[in-house]
Amino acid sequence: MDSVQVSGPGDIRTEEMLLNMGPQHPSTHGVFRAVIRTDGELVLDCEPHIGYLHRCFEKIAESVSYLQVTPYTDRMDYLAAMNNNLGYCLAVEKLLGVQIPPRAQAIRIMVAELNRIASHLMAFGTYGMDIGAVTPFLYAFRDREMILKFFETICGQRLNYNYVRIGGVAKDLPEGMVERVAAFLEYFEPKIDEYNALLSYNGIFIERTANVGVISPELGIAYGLSGPVLRGSGVRRDLRRDEPYCGYEQYEFEVPVGTGEMGQVGDCWDRYMVRVREMKESVGIVAQALKQMPAGDVMSKEIKRVIRPPKGEVYVRTENPRGELGYFLVSDGSQNAFRLKVRAPSFCNISILREITRGCMLADLVAIIGSIDIVMGEVDR
Amino acid sequence: MNTEEVFATIKAALPGATIVEVLDNKDPYLLVPARHLVDICKFLRDDPRLKCDFLQCLSAVDYLDRIAVVYHIESIFHEHRVILKVELPREDSRVASVTGIWKAADWHEREAFDLVGVRFEGHPELKRILCAEDWEGHPLRKDYAFPVDYHGVACNFSKARLEWAERGGKKSAS
Repeated sequence: MDSVQVSGPGDIRTEEMLLNMGPQHPSTHGVFRAVIRTDGELVLDCEPHIGYLHRCFEKIAESVSYLQVTPYTDRMDYLAAMNNNLGYCLAVEKLLGVQIPPRAQAIRIMVAELNRIASHLMAFGTYGMDIGAVTPFLYAFRDREMILKFFETICGQRLNYNYVRIGGVAKDLPEGMVERVAAFLEYFEPKIDEYNALLSYNGIFIERTANVGVISPELGIAYGLSGPVLRGSGVRRDLRRDEPYCGYEQYEFEVPVGTGEMGQVGDCWDRYMVRVREMKESVGIVAQALKQMPAGDVMSKEIKRVIRPPKGEVYVRTENPRGELGYFLVSDGSQNAFRLKVRAPSFCNISILREITRGCMLADLVAIIGSIDIVMGEVDR
Repeated sequence: MNTEEVFATIKAALPGATIVEVLDNKDPYLLVPARHLVDICKFLRDDPRLKCDFLQCLSAVDYLDRIAVVYHIESIFHEHRVILKVELPREDSRVASVTGIWKAADWHEREAFDLVGVRFEGHPELKRILCAEDWEGHPLRKDYAFPVDYHGVACNFSKARLEWAERGGKKSAS
């Protein structure tokens, strides 16, 4: 342990301490390491170290076929796997220039938004647990289980689906799925108000999160933040509304932003509340998708067995629950990708940690990491 | 502003630089010389007509005969975007860092250095970010040699799997 003796007021001896938080730590949301220089409880500097979950996804994508890459995309942001699949498939489809049948688009939006609800429930539950409130975690997971059961019925997997495929989706919804999801939405929407009563407006929670980790909009844009982290600072930017993909232009929904309700705009409470409000919006989008679920094919007829996109480069981005997920795909006309670079939202979001944690307390550091809501799978790929 | 107008504005601002427009790609981009990169990026960020304040993505690509760094830049204010590409020789892949223009470039450039071996001059702390600090080589280069072991631990690459990957994942060597 490095320690530097610094003389303090009176006869109190103070030392700086170098603390290591992670990579195994219950509050770091994955294998994330923060090397913290502290003066007692005060954080002087916090340097993030990543790469503990690096699995060479981009190198693997160069040696397997386009169809075989989709399961790997699940495992990046494993809490929002449908959205990851969707982004990759949209990139390949843009190169191929194929049209996706409307039923496939509606199903894609339905599963993507259900996955957004599941991901935000996880963020909500674990954030409460980081702060110290253990009860909301179990409530969140009770409802998340229902969504995972739907996914298991639809595609056989609870967490890494490989369901959204190039050209559409793998298979059609089973019999009765639309009714069951509609019943779940009716059950779940009032639960969001329950969660607000349980955690969001709890005095201790507000004390821990309001005015903590304030990110100004200019700083957020300079650091390339996106998603609820940037919307918590008041920047009303949502790719589903600003650059619609996959048919989102046909759906009506609001884009919640942070307003400084409990403290300053852009504090942890704002980012957390944006996620809670987005769950409500996602419920509305899924309801619209169920209502307008068109009949027809779920896979485009133009997709051949061996996918060989023409030579070219595209960059396609989608609104993941954690922010802007971008796929930069370079194709050389062969059946493997030449280069697939993934711009992960959590990678960019966590890069701001060093900037906003100077001068905060150690407990605030936990609150800030939780409010940024990272998944190390996509930070490291 | 649409793509043509953005390209025209950039070319008009730097008449001395040889900027090539590549329009036949699905995403049209500008091929800029490496020595003018920082000037162009500063202009992109500061000019009020462009106001490109958001660096979406910074990627490095190994094109076998050259290495390219691709910048996807966007203006949140004006809602337009521009793509720049800088081509560098493989033996000497150095380019100026744009960390001073967009803070987001910090970690992206570290990753490009780590995986493809592009040196960004002027970067505040250019060190590996995903691989271990003492890793040898740049994995996403096309001529990357997989290690046999790392600190005595044998790497889990059988000879057959390595040959398979070298063939681009195809079943036979044809």
